[in-house]
Amino acid sequence: MKLDPATRQRLQDKIAVYREFIKNWLEPANLARLRPRLEFQTGILAGFALLASILLGVTNCSTQGTIQQRLDEDLNKSLQEVVPASLYDNDLRQDTLTISSADYNIGADKTTVYLAKKAGKVTAVCFKFSAPDGYSGPINMIMGLDRDGNILGVRVLGHKETPGLGDKIEVAKSDWILSFVGHSLDNLTSSQWAVKKDGGIFDQFAGATITPRKSVQATYRGLQWFKAHQAQLINP
Amino acid sequence: MLLSETYRKIAIDGIWNNNIVFGQNLALCPLLAVTGTATNGLGMGIATLVVITASNGLISLTRHLIPGEIRIPIFVLLIATLVTLVDILMNAWAHELYKVLGLFIALIVTNCALLGRAEAFASKQPVKDALWDGLMMGLGFTLVLVALGGLREISSAGTLFANASLLLGESFKFLEVTVIPNYKGFLLMALPPGGFIMLAFLIVGKRLIDQKLALRKVPVALFHEATIE
Repeated sequence: MKLDPATRQRLQDKIAVYREFIKNWLEPANLARLRPRLEFQTGILAGFALLASILLGVTNCSTQGTIQQRLDEDLNKSLQEVVPASLYDNDLRQDTLTISSADYNIGADKTTVYLAKKAGKVTAVCFKFSAPDGYSGPINMIMGLDRDGNILGVRVLGHKETPGLGDKIEVAKSDWILSFVGHSLDNLTSSQWAVKKDGGIFDQFAGATITPRKSVQATYRGLQWFKAHQAQLINP
Repeated sequence: MLLSETYRKIAIDGIWNNNIVFGQNLALCPLLAVTGTATNGLGMGIATLVVITASNGLISLTRHLIPGEIRIPIFVLLIATLVTLVDILMNAWAHELYKVLGLFIALIVTNCALLGRAEAFASKQPVKDALWDGLMMGLGFTLVLVALGGLREISSAGTLFANASLLLGESFKFLEVTVIPNYKGFLLMALPPGGFIMLAFLIVGKRLIDQKLALRKVPVALFHEATIE
C-alpha cells in the first residue's frame, strides 16, 4: 500500500503524540500520583488479569495440537512396547473395542482394548488398566496379550510410588516388570499370581512390598477381565 | 573484581547468608517432598531457578504500575501465569523432560519463596538487580536441594544421581555413581521423616560454619580483652 507523503506525515505525527503520551504516563512520578486512586487500581488488576488470560489462552491454543501429538506418540510407544510390531498390520489406535470392566477393579468402569490384527484376524490385544490401591495412589499400567491370553508385555505408564523403592516397577529402573512375559491364567495357578512373600512366584523389592504386590494383583484381575470377554475380543 | 559490590552482595545473600532454605526457612514443602534423590532435587532446582528469575524480572519491570494495596493478588497472578506457561510449553516442546519434571513444575506455585522475593526484593529494585537476585536465589535453592537429595539418596539407597541420564540426557550417565556397593538400604531416609532429619543436620552444619567464620572476623585486640575479662 502506497501512502502519499502528506498522509504519511500526519500518521507519523499522530504516532509521535501517542508515544509521547505513553512515555509521560509511564513516568514513575505520574504513576506514583495515580497509584492510590481506586479506578487506577481496578484498571491495573483487570489489565494484568486480561494479559494473563490472553497469554495463557494463546499458548494453550497454539500448543494443544502439539501436546495431543506428543501424547499420541507416548501411547504409540507404549503400545509398541507391549505388542511386537511383527504381530499386526493395522493401525492399533484406530481399531478399538470398549467393554465394561466395572466388576474387575482395574481402575476404570470401561476399558478400551486396542486390537492388533494381521490380515483381518486378531493376533493380540492391548489395554490400559490400573491398580487403584497402590502404595501412594493408583499405578497406571498397560498390557499386551496374545489371542490365547499369554502376556506379551506389561509396562507402567504412570505412578506415584516411593522414588528409589517402589519405582522399580518402571522398566527404566529395573527389569522386574519383564517377569510377567509368557505367563497367563493357564500356566500359573491363582495362588502363584502373587509376590513371593504371599506364596507366589513374583519378586518383591527390598523395602517395598506393597507396590509389586498390588501390581501383580491388578495384572491378575486384568487377565481375568480379558478371559471373561476373550471370545468377543478375538472374534470381533 | 569481576562483580560490583552490590552484585557480589546479592550473590552471597542468595547462595549463603539469606539462602531460601537456610536463611529464610521458606519453601520447605517442595524441598522435603522431592529430595528423595539428588536427581529429583536438581530437576526441581532448575525449574524453580527459571521461574523465580522470570517472575523477579517481570515484577521488577512492572513495579511502578503495581499499587501497594493490590500487589499480592498481582504477584500471585503473575507467578501462577508463569508457572502454567512453563508447564504448557514444556509439555509441548520438551516432552521427555516434562515427563520427569512435570510433577515438580506445578509444585512451584506453592513455593512461597517466589512471592517472598517478589515482595522483599523485585518490587523495589531495578530489573537487572532483580534478575540477578532471582538467579542467585534459584542457584542457592538448587544447591540445597541437590545437597539434601544427595545425602538422603546415599543414606537410603547407597547411590548418587541415580537416573540422572533420564533428566539430563545420556551424556550425563557418568554422574550416576554407586557410593556404597551392596548397600541394604535405609528406608527411613527416603521417606518424609528422613527429609526432616537430614535438613536438620544441614542447618546445624551451616550454623557451625557461620560461627567459625564469625569468630575469625573478631579483631584480635577485642578478642584478647574478652578473654582477659
